[in-house]
Amino acid sequence: MERIKNCFEKLEAKGEKPLIVYATACDPNCSKSLEIFRLILKYADMVEIGMPFSDPLADGPTIQKAHERALAAGTNTQKVLELVKKIRDFESEKPLILMGYYNPIFVYGEEKFIRDAFQAGVDGFIVPDLPPEEGEDFARKVKSMKLSPIFLAAPTSTDDRIKRIGEVTGEFIYYVSVTGITGEREELAYREIERDIERVKRITGKKTVVGFGISRGKHIKEMYNSPDGFVVGSAVVKRIEQEDYKNLESLLEELKAATKLS
Amino acid sequence: MNSYPDSRGKFGIYGGKFVPETLMAALSELEENYYKIKNDPSFQEEFNKLLREYVGRPTPLQYAEGFSKYLGNGIKVYLKREDLNHTGAHKINNALGQALLAKRMGKKRIIAETGAGQHGVATATACAFLGLECVVYMGEEDVRRQALNVFRMELLGAKVEVVKSGSRTLKDAVNEATRDWVTNVRTTHYIIGSAVGPHPYPEMVRDFQSVIGRETKEQILKSENRLPDTIVACVGGGSNAIGIFYPFIEDKDVRLVGVEAGGYGLDTDKHAATLCKGTVGILHGAKSYLLQTEDGQITPTHSVSAGLDYPGVGPEHSLLKDINRAEYYAVTDDEALEAFQILSRTEGIIPALESSHAIAWVIKNKDKLEGQIVVVNLSGRGDKDVNQVREILEERRDLRLW
Repeated sequence: MERIKNCFEKLEAKGEKPLIVYATACDPNCSKSLEIFRLILKYADMVEIGMPFSDPLADGPTIQKAHERALAAGTNTQKVLELVKKIRDFESEKPLILMGYYNPIFVYGEEKFIRDAFQAGVDGFIVPDLPPEEGEDFARKVKSMKLSPIFLAAPTSTDDRIKRIGEVTGEFIYYVSVTGITGEREELAYREIERDIERVKRITGKKTVVGFGISRGKHIKEMYNSPDGFVVGSAVVKRIEQEDYKNLESLLEELKAATKLS
Repeated sequence: MNSYPDSRGKFGIYGGKFVPETLMAALSELEENYYKIKNDPSFQEEFNKLLREYVGRPTPLQYAEGFSKYLGNGIKVYLKREDLNHTGAHKINNALGQALLAKRMGKKRIIAETGAGQHGVATATACAFLGLECVVYMGEEDVRRQALNVFRMELLGAKVEVVKSGSRTLKDAVNEATRDWVTNVRTTHYIIGSAVGPHPYPEMVRDFQSVIGRETKEQILKSENRLPDTIVACVGGGSNAIGIFYPFIEDKDVRLVGVEAGGYGLDTDKHAATLCKGTVGILHGAKSYLLQTEDGQITPTHSVSAGLDYPGVGPEHSLLKDINRAEYYAVTDDEALEAFQILSRTEGIIPALESSHAIAWVIKNKDKLEGQIVVVNLSGRGDKDVNQVREILEERRDLRLW
């Protein structure tokens, strides 16, 4: 929890906001993935490490394919945790968030999973198919290890739901910018997103980051003021798929520059 | 038993709402509206009228004399003729109920997934009848196996979206339909075709399908003046089975048997016998038995019958298994193909490959069913399967009964 808190505070003092970058663990394989996260962490302030799943139903084609590649390389939960540990070995400060669907966690055993993840150096968890109704237990266990369960809020979330999300979530809320699945988008409904994020922050008093569809510096600049951080996933994963690491680096550079707007 | 699911949508430890936040509001809206119409006489009246006049209910409970004679042992088999419904299977009961509900909710666009195509055809039919836009997701592999049903859906004005992700079967069609729903949730209702998915779907689908069991009870009491000894139904997701089981759950002397797809055999990894061989996990919004690896990845399934080719099962079946109120077994592709032919020859009824699994279990267990009254839910007709079975029997002449 401390790492996440420090991350927000430190950047705020510098007039920046966190760039949070998602990539799927062990895509295309675990050793290459380690190098990719090393590159990502040159620019990102926080990373989301995706745990591959056979049926990622909140994800668009780009991230689906990343999951397929990782699974084809023989990735399982244990290997994801080993990768996290290797990332933590060179990155002591920045928050590492595990993002994964619930079934592999359930099958691994919630408590063992949280404990092993803690030992690997994880700071928080995002489980997209675990809403507060099903995730309260998990959230309590995560918090008891001083880690952060991160819950999602969506454009369709009512005020009552947002209040509940604010109560169970850890250091921040992940606001899903669109009704839809992950994937790059040309344009976003910036004013609506800002209005909704203000609503979430007003109701919950929690830091709120925005994700889904953000793929360029321009997107961040267009709605810079309201969100407390910006998550980029598919645009990064697409470049990993293309093995275009030069292009990936220039994208990361562009995105990070955009989070220093103020 | 009749109190399941509880207020959180749980059947014991099973069920629930494991979905992305974006869908939670839609599920609450659906739940609220469903409970409203569940107790609304005007809705029930309208629905029953359509079942009567449009679907052709009640379907007969037919004493299968020829098939009973074939079995011998004094077994009396009754067939619940869901194959005689409009569109040829039980799926229309649920599709029509949900489409009617969607219309009341003001949703003008309907999406559905389909495996064998029966639910897709039923949904396309209900939408054509009620004037709703319809999009059906179907795995590429199933599109190939059930080409005729694709054309039927198109004839009915539906758009068929071919799913090319994952194993390209029913499971992936559910994933893709869910992705559509997340995106278009404000205007769209998702008609899930089986008693699976997040709450309130398993309850709602069960309720719409339990007309099968209610009629069966009335009909068997009329013809036999007693309840049956055994009720047999095939189980993929489990909607026809829960439909016929549900009104009998409190009748403890009635044995309830669900028959899963054993594919090449339970000792291989090519089957879809979720309750026989699965472990507990979370898929498509609910906790239930699943076919999965020890790492929690969903495993590919196999069945000759596209409608049973699914790695999950309805949460209520998982509960019925755990509390030993229903028993679940599997028969192989070959056994189902044999039953397909036997019922055709002894009754003049070509059953769906799905329903053939239930028939096959009765044939296989005829020695243990001596003197019993057995009801088999003949959930669908086999016209859709004739071409596929012809191809198989041309290759596998050893399976032919002639």
